[in-house]
Amino acid sequence: MTVSQDAAVQETITPDGRTIGGVLMEMRNITLRFGGVVAIEDISFDIRQGEIRAIIGPNGAGKSSMLNVINGFYHPQDGEVWYKGAIRGPMRPHQIAAQGIARTFQNIALFHGMSTLDNIMTGRLTHMKTGMLSQSVWFGRAQREETENRAFAERIIDFLEIQSIRKTPVGRLPYGLQKRVELGRALAAEPSLLLLDEPMAGMNVEEKEDMSRFILDVNDEFGTTIALIEHDMGVVMDLADRVVVMDYGRKIGDGSPEEVRNNKAVIDAYLGVSSD
Amino acid sequence: MVEFLYGIEVVINGLMAGVMYSLVALGFVLIFKASGIFNYAQGVMALFAAMTLVGVQEGQVPFAHLINSVFGTQYHHFGWHINAFVAIAVAALVMLLFAYLVERYILKHLVNQEPIILFMATIGLAYFMEGFGDLMWGSNIKTLDVGIPQGGNFWIEEKTAFLGGEDFYGFYLDTLDIYATVIAIILVSTLVLFSQYTKTGRALRAVADDHQAALSVGISLRRIWVIVWSIAGIVALVAGIMWGSKSGVQFSLSLIALKALPVLMLGGFTSIPGAIIGGLIIGIGEKLFEFLIGAPFLGGATENWFAYMLALLFLVFRPQGLFGEKIIERV
Repeated sequence: MTVSQDAAVQETITPDGRTIGGVLMEMRNITLRFGGVVAIEDISFDIRQGEIRAIIGPNGAGKSSMLNVINGFYHPQDGEVWYKGAIRGPMRPHQIAAQGIARTFQNIALFHGMSTLDNIMTGRLTHMKTGMLSQSVWFGRAQREETENRAFAERIIDFLEIQSIRKTPVGRLPYGLQKRVELGRALAAEPSLLLLDEPMAGMNVEEKEDMSRFILDVNDEFGTTIALIEHDMGVVMDLADRVVVMDYGRKIGDGSPEEVRNNKAVIDAYLGVSSD
Repeated sequence: MVEFLYGIEVVINGLMAGVMYSLVALGFVLIFKASGIFNYAQGVMALFAAMTLVGVQEGQVPFAHLINSVFGTQYHHFGWHINAFVAIAVAALVMLLFAYLVERYILKHLVNQEPIILFMATIGLAYFMEGFGDLMWGSNIKTLDVGIPQGGNFWIEEKTAFLGGEDFYGFYLDTLDIYATVIAIILVSTLVLFSQYTKTGRALRAVADDHQAALSVGISLRRIWVIVWSIAGIVALVAGIMWGSKSGVQFSLSLIALKALPVLMLGGFTSIPGAIIGGLIIGIGEKLFEFLIGAPFLGGATENWFAYMLALLFLVFRPQGLFGEKIIERV
């Protein structure tokens, strides 16, 4: 991995004993416009190896647009995206996925007709090397590869405690479980950077607690770097190492949850500015 | 007794006609599933594939008319006659190239457009291909013979003659239909195995379900579309061979697509098994209806409209078809 040279210098230990490494991804002066509407205006921030980085802000602040820039659905008009120490040229989403960036969606985007297992197996696609022809004709290597990937998918299934719904078409699952399967599909790619778009939206308290635990465990056990968008401030403060706050497409705060909580601009954006 | 045996023969013939319908419907389903496009050009693709096959086999010079009128030459034939298998392989390659060109010059520019826009694009494509096919191979009626025997199968007729007892009633089945059935079964089984057990098959199903999610796990939509159109092209070639051998390669071959519409309404636009079962139901249904009701009571010729009437009934009572995904909008 080509983390920048000063990675070692920047290495820090969190209060709960995890190691945060050097910069994994850096957004430099990103501006994204749709026609005359400015969705993101001149935003810069970085995501460091092994941390949980939250992006928060009111509705319409441009959080999801930012995630879409990171995984290549949107291409910013201005600014640079640096990933693993190199500037990233214009790439298509599937190429970016192959570079180790996986994501989940705000409105779950699962393959509804397929089983839980098949959904998670699609997450392994970037790790499958055999071509279409050898898959159809030459069963030796293709089959071995399928078995290996299947074993990995089973590990994810165990980890997320969804063994009992392995064969169920995901369209039939309740919302909370669908969210978990979607997380599983993203994890199956063994991503370097995991993007979660409102992983807890629409969940009840119990489901939120489960999901929080999984996110922390993923970060802890696999050392996966996570960038997440979340509305629930309580959850963000508990989970995140650092928080970016956005409002109307601009960055109004950046720092530890503690710093952000006491930032006046952030309080204003969330609670409204008093008129006097 | 003979009546009853004739009834069975009607059902078997209906089944085999149904297989032919299924072959065409299959091409529609493949593309609709993977890209949400109703491919109006599927019938013309079958026609074009069959024309190409005949042209290659007979050693026709492509664009002969154009070349001759521009350069004042008199080229018509290369003067060879190519083995049917080689010609089929060449025609298949042409269909693969066609799939690539469709993606490169049409679909690529229409990503994220409304389904109706894509539908219009395929209408345009259909008329373009029709004209292009005529220009390339000429618009005369051609006979296609890839070596599949045609006409009643004597072997079956002889072996089943004892069933009728003293009447010596043997089943009359067209050999071409039997071949078509076997080939269709092989084709469909291959497709099902491919989509269930290979990485690419899984990617195909993923794209059919959700484009965005497919992109996010690293699937290239464009590559999948080329693959899907290639498969649909090969299916069109097979349908073109079967229908072309049966009734000649001519413009009306492209109208078999119309026969696939009721099949799709019955089976559902998104289900491969649906296309098969739908085709079989329509095949048997129209033959039996003609035999039991049409010919004795309605003056015959019911086969022309029976399928559409059945499809209408389905639209009223089960709009998603037999196997289609149930349309539930969560509010």
